[in-house]
Amino acid sequence: MRRFSKLFESLDTTTSTLAKIDAMRAYFETAEPADAAWAVYVMIGRRARRIVGPALLRRWLLEEAHLPEWLIDETYASVGDLAETIALLVPNDLGDSGADLSLNDWFTLRIQPLARQDETEKRRLIVGWWHRLPYRECFLVNKLLTGSLRVGVSRSLVTRALAESLGQPRAQIERSLIGDWQPGAEFWGQLIRNEANLHVAHPYPFYLASPLEGEPEGLGERAAWLAEWKWDGIRGQIVRRGDRCVLWSRGEEIITDRFPEVVDAAAGLPDGTVLDGEILAGSGEHVLPFSQLQQRTGRRKLSPKILKENPAQFIAYDLLEFGGQDWRARPLRERRGRLERLLDTRARVLRLSPVASAGSWEELAVARNLARAKGVEGLMLKSWTSPYGAGRQRGAWWKWKVNPFVVDAVLLYAAPGHGRRSNLYTDYTFGVWCDAELIPIAKAYSGLTDEEIRRLDAWIRRHTKEKFGTVRSVEPTHLFELAFEGIASSSRHKSGVALRFPRILRWRTDKPVAEANTLADLRQLLTEQHSHAAQ
Amino acid sequence: MGPEELVQVTPRGLYCAAGDFYIDPWQPVARAVITHAHGDHLRGGSREYYLAAAGAGLARLRLPTDASLHRLEYGQQVSLGDTDVSLHPAGHILGSSQIRVERRGHVWVVSGDYKRDPDPTCAPFETLPCDVFISEATFALPAYRWTDTRTVAREILAWWQENRSRGLASVLFAYALGKAQRVLAELAPLTNDSVFVHGAVAGLTEVYRAQGIPMLNTLPATVASAVNYAGALILAPPSAAGSPWMRRFGNHRTGFCSGWMRIRGDRRRRGYDRGFVLSDHADWPSLLQTCHESGAKRILLTHGFTDALCRYLREQGVDAAALRTEYGAEE
Repeated sequence: MRRFSKLFESLDTTTSTLAKIDAMRAYFETAEPADAAWAVYVMIGRRARRIVGPALLRRWLLEEAHLPEWLIDETYASVGDLAETIALLVPNDLGDSGADLSLNDWFTLRIQPLARQDETEKRRLIVGWWHRLPYRECFLVNKLLTGSLRVGVSRSLVTRALAESLGQPRAQIERSLIGDWQPGAEFWGQLIRNEANLHVAHPYPFYLASPLEGEPEGLGERAAWLAEWKWDGIRGQIVRRGDRCVLWSRGEEIITDRFPEVVDAAAGLPDGTVLDGEILAGSGEHVLPFSQLQQRTGRRKLSPKILKENPAQFIAYDLLEFGGQDWRARPLRERRGRLERLLDTRARVLRLSPVASAGSWEELAVARNLARAKGVEGLMLKSWTSPYGAGRQRGAWWKWKVNPFVVDAVLLYAAPGHGRRSNLYTDYTFGVWCDAELIPIAKAYSGLTDEEIRRLDAWIRRHTKEKFGTVRSVEPTHLFELAFEGIASSSRHKSGVALRFPRILRWRTDKPVAEANTLADLRQLLTEQHSHAAQ
Repeated sequence: MGPEELVQVTPRGLYCAAGDFYIDPWQPVARAVITHAHGDHLRGGSREYYLAAAGAGLARLRLPTDASLHRLEYGQQVSLGDTDVSLHPAGHILGSSQIRVERRGHVWVVSGDYKRDPDPTCAPFETLPCDVFISEATFALPAYRWTDTRTVAREILAWWQENRSRGLASVLFAYALGKAQRVLAELAPLTNDSVFVHGAVAGLTEVYRAQGIPMLNTLPATVASAVNYAGALILAPPSAAGSPWMRRFGNHRTGFCSGWMRIRGDRRRRGYDRGFVLSDHADWPSLLQTCHESGAKRILLTHGFTDALCRYLREQGVDAAALRTEYGAEE
């Protein structure tokens, strides 16, 4: 644990990419194989099944810190991180630290066995660690327990460090890290020997599009680009090899059991076929909103009734493997050609992605404006000559989204943020007018510059009307333009509407709060959206 | 407000009517008693200033030349109006004082900013029994507990040496008055190297040297192309971060010395490579200890996490209240 803790410190105490890569390389080259595998697992954001939730940890913290509950809440709100709050508040007052135990031992001998313990025993063990570990190790163990450790490195940075350290191409490392693998000495050995991706059902790394900035005319000839609809679903990969057919999500989870009809349809594909596409709610041309998909992903057990009432489909837009051969390096034109002979746009479950066939960029722009009525997010533009890349490589795949909805809303409440926004009021609730009253309609966390956040934070502290725990209400003074992707009616919100993906576009210092939008405006939008969808 | 209210908040600052003087006023007044020379406590424009002799040199640098200064030794009593006033070390920075005001056996103490940790650049905090204690509360949350200063100094040295071994300059941001000199003094027993300093730090450091405080040798961080900053340590005020002034140092790492660095999110947000938890304010245990040791029946809080400390003290049975002042939380 000490070595990993040192690595964490090195990563956490520099903003230089090169220094981070150096630190990871040094660790990979000297750590025990099992520890190195666990470190990779943690750093690329993998998480084991959660053994203990934040509510329990918070309760034990209350019992161990000997401070009033409100003061712990106040401190947590200010620190913005539960694992860190525990490390700061629970005294490190029992000797024998356990910091010497290796990372692998921490996982296999201490953390994983917790799953078999009852709550009393979990509490005894975890609280014991709190009192024995030095500050940084205590913080890290808490992070590993709750599942997520952000160490300030991206997945691609870890891949780069691994590639340099092991002398393998980055794409190879990407492939090795994808899918379902168990950290340990065995995996590290496979990684080194380049054998980690031989598992029959392994998916390929997903290729990600970048947002198109500016106009598509900048891309050159319209004819050089394939235009498809950008669907609002779950990105997925169907891997059909041998006697297996597995559906992977972009989060590299196997979701085969969530979508049995898709897998049934895909079972008919020839052996050695891998498709990239989008899982959507609805059947055939009848595409339903994204929220319908949550009926499938959110439940533990899928009853026949749910399966029937919430049909799903897979729209395939790329062919990554065919006849057991890796097709990713072939140009899109060839992959698409083959895909068209394999699938049909008119199928009900496993469909070929339809092409937006407008002949010029102008006509395509017109088509894009109809996107919202069609229930899609915009268009995808893909170069006909492009290979299927890995990760986000700019230049060949672009997403050209429709402009978001906007609303002018008033800041009503603020709560302290988390992570790098700790100690600042950055979690805002906004409202719109309904008669003479402001009704909350959305929470938003992102969109302001650091400087604006600081100014607003100072203002909120000086103009607090009331405090409810760590939330403060403020005088309605500041107007913000919010963007959002969609609107749905909701019985759970006082306003009766729920906005999809709201974020702050700008601080409207030029407008008084009286000019904020009204709830009637939003309801109007709701009806318009529905009448479009019904057409 | 009864006659026992010796000090109260007015639009110009903390005011003692019985003595007709203000303490660290934020607007010009006739008579100001000053706790220390930081900008939010010492402001220009008042007619007369009463302050600790040890801090007079710093005040001179920060006030117009015609300002009238009354230098008081620590513990020396002066009569102002109907009160006896004396200054006592607060341990915050050179010449920092608590202000003790006594009237007919009734004692009020205004802490200004203070800390209880040892600091080679100033006299240690003195515990003053009193009836009413007016305290700061900058870091009044239990998350704020300071590490031993020697340990932090060794961390700074190790960081500097590691950067040096990679051919990098180490730019360490610290408050130009107080913190920078404390770093120079804490490093003095550990190395003999010289440290480059920003112009804002240089003049203030000379005032400290004139008081005979042992510190590392300092050199101006000039643009001169002759200077190679690789491996050097540079002390600069936080305002220099990200400015064109930084270009002269080539490849470098940045660090920041402040109590705020206790919290990881705070450090990451500010974008420094490294945070050193080094504060000139009292941490949570020291605040509680000091409030307790004062023996005060009533405690008033001027700035910082005043609400949290106020509620905590009340729950302990202490008569506590928060005041609205204009002192800052920068450190």
